Amino acid sequence: MASSQIVPTPQTPSQQVVRAAVVRFVGDSGDGMQITGDQFTVAAALARNDLATFPDFPAEIRAPAGTTYGVSGFQIHFAADHVYTPGDAPDVLVAMNPAALKTNLRDLKKGGILIVNSGAFNAANLKKAGYGEKNPLEDGSLEGYALLSIDITKQTQNAVKDSGLSNKEANRCKNFWTLGLMFWIYARPLEPTIQYIEQKYGKRAELVQANIAALKAGHAYGETTEVFQNRYQVPPAPVEPGVYRNISGNAATALGLVAAAELANREMVLGAYPITPASDVLHELSKLKSFGVTTVQAEDEIAAVCAAIGASYAGNLGVTTTSGPGMALKTEAIGLAIAVELPLVIIDVQRGGPSTGLPTKTEQADLLQAVYGRNSEAPLCVLSASTPGECFYMAIEAVRLAVSYMTPVILLTDGYLANGAEPWKIPNVADLPKIELKFRTDPVGFHPFVRDEKTLARAWAIPGTPGLVHRIGGLEKDYDSGHISYAPENHERMCRVRAAKIAGIAEDVPEQAIEVGNESGKLLVLGWGSTYGAIREAVERSRARGLDVSHAHVRYLNPFPKNLGDLLRRFDRVLVPELNLGQLVKMIRSQYLIPAESLPKVQGKPFRIEELEDKIRKMLES
Amino acid sequence: MSNVIDPTRLTKKDFETDQDVRWCPGCGDYSILANVQKVMPELGILPENMVWVSGIGCSSRFPYYMNTYGFHTIHGRAPAFATGIKIANPELSVWMATGDGDGLSIGGNQLMHCLRRNVDIKILLFNNRIYGLTKGQYSPTSEFGKVTKSTPYGSADQPLDPASFALGANASFVARSIDTEAAHLSDVLRRAARHSGSAFLEIYQNCNVFNDGAFDSFREKDVRAERTIRVEHGKPLLFGANNDKGLVLNTKTFALEVREVGPNGVKPEDVLVHDETNPMLAYMLSKMPYPEFPVALGVLFAVLKPTYDGTLREQKAAAKAKAGKGDLQKLLRGGATWEI
Repeated sequence: MASSQIVPTPQTPSQQVVRAAVVRFVGDSGDGMQITGDQFTVAAALARNDLATFPDFPAEIRAPAGTTYGVSGFQIHFAADHVYTPGDAPDVLVAMNPAALKTNLRDLKKGGILIVNSGAFNAANLKKAGYGEKNPLEDGSLEGYALLSIDITKQTQNAVKDSGLSNKEANRCKNFWTLGLMFWIYARPLEPTIQYIEQKYGKRAELVQANIAALKAGHAYGETTEVFQNRYQVPPAPVEPGVYRNISGNAATALGLVAAAELANREMVLGAYPITPASDVLHELSKLKSFGVTTVQAEDEIAAVCAAIGASYAGNLGVTTTSGPGMALKTEAIGLAIAVELPLVIIDVQRGGPSTGLPTKTEQADLLQAVYGRNSEAPLCVLSASTPGECFYMAIEAVRLAVSYMTPVILLTDGYLANGAEPWKIPNVADLPKIELKFRTDPVGFHPFVRDEKTLARAWAIPGTPGLVHRIGGLEKDYDSGHISYAPENHERMCRVRAAKIAGIAEDVPEQAIEVGNESGKLLVLGWGSTYGAIREAVERSRARGLDVSHAHVRYLNPFPKNLGDLLRRFDRVLVPELNLGQLVKMIRSQYLIPAESLPKVQGKPFRIEELEDKIRKMLES
Repeated sequence: MSNVIDPTRLTKKDFETDQDVRWCPGCGDYSILANVQKVMPELGILPENMVWVSGIGCSSRFPYYMNTYGFHTIHGRAPAFATGIKIANPELSVWMATGDGDGLSIGGNQLMHCLRRNVDIKILLFNNRIYGLTKGQYSPTSEFGKVTKSTPYGSADQPLDPASFALGANASFVARSIDTEAAHLSDVLRRAARHSGSAFLEIYQNCNVFNDGAFDSFREKDVRAERTIRVEHGKPLLFGANNDKGLVLNTKTFALEVREVGPNGVKPEDVLVHDETNPMLAYMLSKMPYPEFPVALGVLFAVLKPTYDGTLREQKAAAKAKAGKGDLQKLLRGGATWEI
């Protein structure tokens, strides 16, 4: 089991083996912390650690330098055991300026390693960070941490002074100096990053040279100075054999959609309007024209979903990607897709709200909107992904259900999954099941709302098909002819058949399984979406302490898996932790009439494992 | 069955549905529908390869009465649906029916962007200068001060001109016609149908219930010749019962003027010649104040430029030609990988 504690194991005096570590890099948005984090991640992956990462960047593109709201961070949890989350509290905090220290110090583990760039702790920066006249490096307030105060700015300038770079450009190399130092601490090779630098800055030889020089100088600093008592080694994790890559949730979502199009043998049209944190799905898919993917960067969220519905109507796979505010704008069009019963996949990468809210922070508060948030009786299918890698499979599932049931399907991911990354075992395409998809061609007995007896899906008859010319639209249609009908009984019949069609999807999805623990007992922790890792880890730790607790994680949110009610009733108590004020718990209570209890959190941040463990302990002790 | 229809022998009947037409008796929409159904067979496009898309409003019921594929969507968004349809299947002939409320009020944004992208769809905007389906409120083309159910003290809104709007949005084809002028409307419809790219056709349409007679002052037989000007590419901009008035450009004020042509007026060669590829002239024609100037009808502007759907299609084909059809397994393995 992963533990993010540095557990010293006797080896050579200078090299300790630890099972796991959590490192956080923080600095100004211009300090290159994301690149540093990415490169550190690649090194951990190549060393075969299991890992999870999470970047945390400000909403502002380039906030004024030195301010607390311009701080950008990247956290990685890597281990010799299975890793489920990017970790609670860092073991090592690398802070490139006072603002970064100010906003992140509270998270650092007591006694943890604190590396700061003292070169940035000048009067102006201290003031901007809110330290006033006091310099925390000098006032003793950092006692209790293993403080390593290094003038990284000066060290970097010295390292690159022969490169001919301007002072400004030379300063920008300090992230690689820092990375070099961290590579020394964790005994990582420099070569992959050197290759990366050569690839990235290939056109400017002086930048290649300077950044490599900075990287090597940072590494040499660790080697030659005696400020570090220890180096750490994290052994490889026992991982299932296969070919792996690191993947973020947004990249996995994009790949899943492309894979689904291939499995269904249809071209895809993505209608999207740029919105944080969903835009990367658009970016990824816009590169993939050779896969038959067309992306439309529409004029607004409404046009984006409408173009996707138009594409579905004409026989392509219509997809739209967005986040909360965009979901709100798409609502009317999604209602139309429900009324005309066309396939549509809507990816909602949730973020903090309401309104513009916290664009770069994560939240799970669009669940009720996804399930219930439309005018009138407008049921559709709602899915969620639990990990970055799972976004791939749930995107395929969303497409499968959309075309099989002629319905919009909403896939809920969130900012945490979207930007977080984990090693992902690359699937063999030949092993992925094909998506069956049929267009109606037979004119005999055709009308646009003639239904499949089993799925209740209406016929998908696309323009260009001889003999099937017909009209559809948002006005209610007659059950038996597909013509406009305002007849009272017909309307209820149509509402009921649309509801029954969605409810019937429960017959076509996997039953709810227990993730960890017994099939019955004192407490079930029921989660959904990106809380998976934290819940799983907390439940495993609690069970290791002998507590009777199990974990189940719902991927199918509407309809629920057909056995979910029975499963919940086998436990004395059910706890539902969510990054909202209690949305799944409302659905569970209303659908199954059980007194499920809520553990809500809406801080734009994921659950810490500890807070879940505490709650489990309290519930089982009371 | 429609799959045995010869595209060269289509008739009006092939485009008529069995649905009851539910517009008010006397509505201008009837004559537009009849005209469209008359012109469509000439295009040689089978009904099954044609899609009519609409939003919400009286005009947006249009698809139900065309025996083609049809999609009655949501208010104002028809251009976006039509864009998706055209991208997904470029072989389809995609047409759109909208109104002054649907297209210029709630759907102004979608219409603007469809026109500027030059998506290859044909857009008929029925302008009756009123909201019909919601029973008589003023629209974005209603005149300033108009008294309606929602503006008992008169509308405080300044109206916009649909053709000027389309030109401002960089539309590649902008034309105007009138519901009651069958021959003119048919001609302009044919031109629109043949245009590659977004073709925008504004049709003055009488709402005999909520805004009756809105266009009578220039569409009635006895005033028509004096109050309208029929523009034709390459022909002088003349009008009047005796063709004795012309449009002249005052180069000092950079404005159009109406001048008598003949012994007491300007010489025939001084009259402007219509050039439908000149966007400035088209804009001036669209904006001529009425009644000081005649209302310009016909093809105001028409140029060829790349279509949105065509460009996307070319990009896709080029990407496939360059990289071969995408290899999914290779894509999944993209970036740094490691084997365990």
